[in-house]
Amino acid sequence: MKTFALIGNPNCGKTTLFNALTGSTAHVGNWPGVTVDKREGVYKDGGKKIKIVDLPGIYSLSPYTPEELIARNFILSDEPDAIVNIVDATNLERNLYLTTQILEIDIPVIIALNMMDEVEKSGDKINLSKLEKQLGVPVVAISALKGSGLKQLMDRAESMQNKRVGTTILKGSMDEHLDKAVDFYRRENNSSPLFHAVKLLENDEIELEKSGAAEIVESFGNVDLEAAIADARYSYISENLAVAKSKENGQTLTKSDKIDKVLTHRIWAIPIFLLVLFAIFHLTFSENLLFLNGFGDSTAWMPSLVECGLAVEEDGETVYNNFGVEILAVFYDGTVYSPGVMLTNFLNLFLDHISSGVVTLMQNAGAAEWTVGLVGDGILGGIFAVLGFLPQILVLFLFFSILEDTGYMARIAFVLDRIFRRFGLSGRAFMPMIMGFGCSVPATVNTRTLADDKERTATIRVIPFFSCGAKLPILTAVAGGIVAAFGVGNADVITFGMYILGIAAAIVCVLLMRNTSLKGDTPPFIMELPTYRMPGFKNLMLHLWDKTKHFIKKAFTIIFASTVIIWLLSHLSWNWNYLSDEEMQNSILASLGMLLQPLFTPLGFGSQLGEFGWVFAVAVITGLVAKENVIATFTTLAICISAYAGSGTQDGVQELVGLIDVITQSSQVPQQQFIAALIAFIAFNMTTIPCFAACATAKSELQKGKFKWTLLFWLVASYVVGAAVYTVGSWWWTVFIWLAAVVAVSVVIVLKNKEKKK
Amino acid sequence: MTKMLSEFTVGESGKIIKVFGEGRVRRRLLDMGVTPGASFILRKKAPLGDPVEITVRGYELTLRKSEAACVEVEVL
Repeated sequence: MKTFALIGNPNCGKTTLFNALTGSTAHVGNWPGVTVDKREGVYKDGGKKIKIVDLPGIYSLSPYTPEELIARNFILSDEPDAIVNIVDATNLERNLYLTTQILEIDIPVIIALNMMDEVEKSGDKINLSKLEKQLGVPVVAISALKGSGLKQLMDRAESMQNKRVGTTILKGSMDEHLDKAVDFYRRENNSSPLFHAVKLLENDEIELEKSGAAEIVESFGNVDLEAAIADARYSYISENLAVAKSKENGQTLTKSDKIDKVLTHRIWAIPIFLLVLFAIFHLTFSENLLFLNGFGDSTAWMPSLVECGLAVEEDGETVYNNFGVEILAVFYDGTVYSPGVMLTNFLNLFLDHISSGVVTLMQNAGAAEWTVGLVGDGILGGIFAVLGFLPQILVLFLFFSILEDTGYMARIAFVLDRIFRRFGLSGRAFMPMIMGFGCSVPATVNTRTLADDKERTATIRVIPFFSCGAKLPILTAVAGGIVAAFGVGNADVITFGMYILGIAAAIVCVLLMRNTSLKGDTPPFIMELPTYRMPGFKNLMLHLWDKTKHFIKKAFTIIFASTVIIWLLSHLSWNWNYLSDEEMQNSILASLGMLLQPLFTPLGFGSQLGEFGWVFAVAVITGLVAKENVIATFTTLAICISAYAGSGTQDGVQELVGLIDVITQSSQVPQQQFIAALIAFIAFNMTTIPCFAACATAKSELQKGKFKWTLLFWLVASYVVGAAVYTVGSWWWTVFIWLAAVVAVSVVIVLKNKEKKK
Repeated sequence: MTKMLSEFTVGESGKIIKVFGEGRVRRRLLDMGVTPGASFILRKKAPLGDPVEITVRGYELTLRKSEAACVEVEVL
């Protein structure tokens, strides 16, 4: 089977063309060693089959980004049978710059001139035969979006000769240098000697590493060929190739320009952006769509299903009258849900029925209690808890893909770059971080838009500090518990303060890393601002499908294994007896909690909390699976410890109050220190190792070997943050000790960096 | 009259004379079409004054002032 490589600038419609050519045969993997998507598929026409490899979108074959390196290596070492170069007809000049480099390689090339329809709509014309003659390779007009011209493109590509000798547009002043370099590569028996020779004249890092190459460049003396070559390419294009375009579009404002005027407006840009962000989070997570049910509890007017007589409360759980009401509850229960929540409810309804069906089936078949527990709560419960996140992750992904595909994401980076540069990051780092407030998983994947590896690592590490949706229950329950048990403070203020603390921790950690372990110049910010476009529905859906497959695969492997292990630890005693939920205090996990308890003493929720303090250690461990488990663990353990038997509340505040009372009585811990400890507990959970799903994602997105350091980073960061919160909260004057430590660390780092510079 | 691209104000246009700087930044600027002889117009500045957006070779390019300071321009 022949292999064709697709190559072209970013935003030229390359992925659309790839999807149109390969359809359902496409699959996405990773290029070896890097996390850049590698798409492959098969084009079928009658009996013919051609393998299509979609190379990452690039501007040049110089190794500036990992993408450019991948594309270059693939073409030069895997030697595809032909290169299909997609050129955006609406932006010929810059697109053809890459073409002039591709033509220097000894591989057959065909040009797919995309978006010709848009060019014609605006009244311009491109003379295809003239372009074909100038470039010396076939040129076919296509519309990737409409699917026109594709068959012609592939037919002509296939009928091309198997061999082609590279050609260059570089003529004149540098002939002598070029000949010398070409000779060198010919002697070395390199394929595509012309391409390598030109790159050598450009002082290309990779070519200079070749033995003997540097001497050739030195023999030329002190001439700036790098600029001269770039200049020669662009001049050739504007003199010979842009003439193919007969009418130049003047200074009239296009639709895209008008949109841009509003979206990057000097005053309105940031408010509009905040509004867009709010809308995205609202549509994904809100349980009160468009505030139909008023703002806050006092103005709520919609009746719940129980109040309508369609359901009854039993033991803290809502039991619906019939299946129809259960379906209704997916969309409405005392408030209208947002699309993201509706999808989650729908999936959970489906999964709950499977799970309870399986459990009933096993009980009827007379299975042992522990096997029912293992399958129902451990295996199915574990997988379903993770799958339950999927709808909201996907909705969040969908919105952010739309922002990316329309071209708005690049503008956001443009608007915010100024702020982020202070921390050694670029404006692009903002999006992944803000996505972290929703879920760390899509946020971590989204860091692929960052070109600089160090910037990327730093960003991935601080993403969990942007408290995700699953951590919110910890905040509200513990803060609510503090207020209810001690009658001090305000739950909303504590919650809000914790969010701010997370952001502050992220900023400090990024600054610290960028000045120590991940030191490097602020990555350059030289970036195209693409024309605004309507995103293609098919592309979006294919993109989401890829993510879904990826996530489900993870849910059924690593996450599955770890949830089962935690379940076993919490439901088995040391002599391998099965324990029900209510007996969890006798489990292996509980003794591990007691073992680890002293470790948390500097954070306030360790040994000083006495004989029942281990519940905090256990909650931390179960939280590693999914952060929902933290409060679920409290609720379960509170019931067995405090013999608390009131009607359970959904948010766990009552159980927590019971737990706080028991611990206060048994350990005599002073109130102020206990409050500080509880807040430190929130802070610790916010900044520590995230859930398994997020860890698995971080592991696959980080460079090899970086993950173990990342785990250590999370542990140290959360420990320090927790200890700081506890000590300052208990003894206010310790704030000076912490400040002194910060100053001392900063001074040491600054001095060390200065020393190295010398 | 010549000055650096970083000193331009919105709406001004110019023709690039020379690209200074070194390594990756220079390579990137050249690849993106910021080469001697190219003319451009400074379209806008970001709300916080930096980076800037220029129209060059028929498309929109954004770069920071610190990067624009590597580009010498003849004012048109």
